[in-house]
Amino acid sequence: MNFSGLINDFGPLTVTGLAQGAIIALFALGYTLVYGVLRLINFAHSEVFLLGTYGCLIAWGWFGLDQNSKAPNFGAMLAYMALGLVVAIVASGLTALAVELVAYRPLRRRNAPPLAFLITAIGASLAISETVGVLTHRNQRGVPPIIQARTVITIGDTHITNLQILIVVLALVMMFVLDRFINGSRLGRGIRAVSQNPDSAALMGVNKSRVISLVFLLGGLMAGIAAVMYDLKIGVTKYDAGFLLGIDAFTAAVLGGIGNLRGALLGGLLLGVLQNYAAGLFGSQWLHAAAFVLLVLILLFRPTGLLGESLGRARA
Amino acid sequence: MAIIGLIAGAAACNKDTSSSSDTASGSNCGYKLAYFGALTGSAANLGVNIEQGFELAINQYNKTKGSDCITVAKFDSQGAAEVAPGVARNLVADKKILGVVGPPFSGESEAADPIFEAAGIPTITPSATRVSLSANGWKTFHRAVANDDAQGPAAAAYIKDTLKATKVFIADDQSAYGAGLADVVKSKLGSLVVSSDKTEGDGKQTDFSALVQKVTSSGATALFYGGYYTNAGVIRKQLTAAGWKGTLLGGDGMKDPGLSKASGVAAAVGTVVTCPCSPPEAAGGTFVNDYKAQWNVAAGTYSDVAFDAANIFLQGIDAGNTTPEKLNTYLSTVNYKGIANTYKFTSTGELDPTLIKVWAFKFDQSGDAKSDVEIKTS
Repeated sequence: MNFSGLINDFGPLTVTGLAQGAIIALFALGYTLVYGVLRLINFAHSEVFLLGTYGCLIAWGWFGLDQNSKAPNFGAMLAYMALGLVVAIVASGLTALAVELVAYRPLRRRNAPPLAFLITAIGASLAISETVGVLTHRNQRGVPPIIQARTVITIGDTHITNLQILIVVLALVMMFVLDRFINGSRLGRGIRAVSQNPDSAALMGVNKSRVISLVFLLGGLMAGIAAVMYDLKIGVTKYDAGFLLGIDAFTAAVLGGIGNLRGALLGGLLLGVLQNYAAGLFGSQWLHAAAFVLLVLILLFRPTGLLGESLGRARA
Repeated sequence: MAIIGLIAGAAACNKDTSSSSDTASGSNCGYKLAYFGALTGSAANLGVNIEQGFELAINQYNKTKGSDCITVAKFDSQGAAEVAPGVARNLVADKKILGVVGPPFSGESEAADPIFEAAGIPTITPSATRVSLSANGWKTFHRAVANDDAQGPAAAAYIKDTLKATKVFIADDQSAYGAGLADVVKSKLGSLVVSSDKTEGDGKQTDFSALVQKVTSSGATALFYGGYYTNAGVIRKQLTAAGWKGTLLGGDGMKDPGLSKASGVAAAVGTVVTCPCSPPEAAGGTFVNDYKAQWNVAAGTYSDVAFDAANIFLQGIDAGNTTPEKLNTYLSTVNYKGIANTYKFTSTGELDPTLIKVWAFKFDQSGDAKSDVEIKTS
């Protein structure tokens, strides 16, 4: 164990971990929202994210941008960011809606058992990711340098870049907006109602199908934003990018308390930071193992996650 | 029947070349040399480079000996270990085949070489570098390049003597190839290594921020990564984004334009990879132009070695070694100066240690690794 290494690099490991954790948190929201309403783990959410990572790359490609392009000036950067976000959000949002319409809704109509949902979820996930794999020849695709990483704040040995700040701030803002939407708007009230008791909600005049579509769409929007941030931070995407980060995101959702929005944020940030600490302390080969051991330990003492399972219940 | 066929073939060839003053050369015709390796499949490009070098040598030989003196036989293994044995059995059934150039890859070699060994057909591989291939006691196995053991010391020598780095960070992807290579480099560099780390394998990790942080804070000016181009491209990109300006180095697993496709060319420029191969453009004689004229593409990695391997066989056949057994015995004593190297085999079929060549290749603005210097290790 390398304690001195961890202590020396504590600041930088925390900062890079928070940035990674913020992406995981945005991604995790999709799992948590759908679970909160349907009690269903939407495994295809990883591909909702995946198509977002390709969506913005394709949009930037329209303007001739590839991994070898020069970083654009400030004005162009803002325009490209706006475009990338919009296209990624549309790509992810439409994918989420399509998955719900094709893979889940027909099963719900027939009152299929939960196992059937699980299998179609995994099936949809594999079908999309393998199709992307075949279409891209399973090659990596490099991301153009839309935002040139630049140190803007220095605290001791810790350099914080513009990109890291953007990722964390964007995640916090989106989380706040989503939280307000669920807890403060009329549509959000519908989501909470279906989450608490679908049948009563339907009797009270809530359109259940529309609420479910809305929940998938919201998860897709968050995944689209996460996808753009991922592209900019990691620098490449590949047909299995969603699967890899999806495991982290799902873990974060469980860690924070699945079905709980604030839990997803807490779980994501915690997981991102803990993975980096584990890498610093034991070496990067322990990155995943150490984080998951900790997950098991936390669940032993708090089986419903750190903040508990709730989408509607806690503040109903 | 086979013998009658051979005599008839030799006689037929004799007529064409009766004007030749050399007593032995004109008569040894009517045989086949085989290429065994990928011609289709995901790794086809690597195999085609080799096959074209091999075929060029035979075409040139036939120009002096008569147009059908030695016939080219091609066997497509698809580069796959599970396909190779069946194809190899087809090959050994053809009794006119005296020798095989290939198989190019280590996996298919392990699957097909026992069949060639049982049939007594000599093979020369121009590119399979797994060390253990020569440890099977095969009498017919010959390797015309250095094995993986040669790369580690060469990479260490490059870091010390050419790059003159004094602080080196070592990382690997925990694969048999990557970890093995990194361990050799680490032990050869000794006190120059400031720290080390490991990553997950290809495609199992995309966020390397912890590794990047360790490299940056270690003060290292060079990072040796034992692994493949997929991870290396992402690592290079994230290192550059974090402001690290040192040199990334690796073995032949990183010698692929895929590295710069992930990282972007600007970040990849200057990345150094070692390879137990000579740059094709450095081959002697008229090979580079001849190859281009025949195939309309530039010679690729190991094209030149395959050309030499075919010529080693042809020289042996020309000297009257017209059975696989005789040709194999001839290989044990051969000392052939080709266009890429001089070839002499040890008793296990390895290239003589004094003849091993390892080159450093450097990524440039084209996005591909171009020859830099030959590394002297001895």
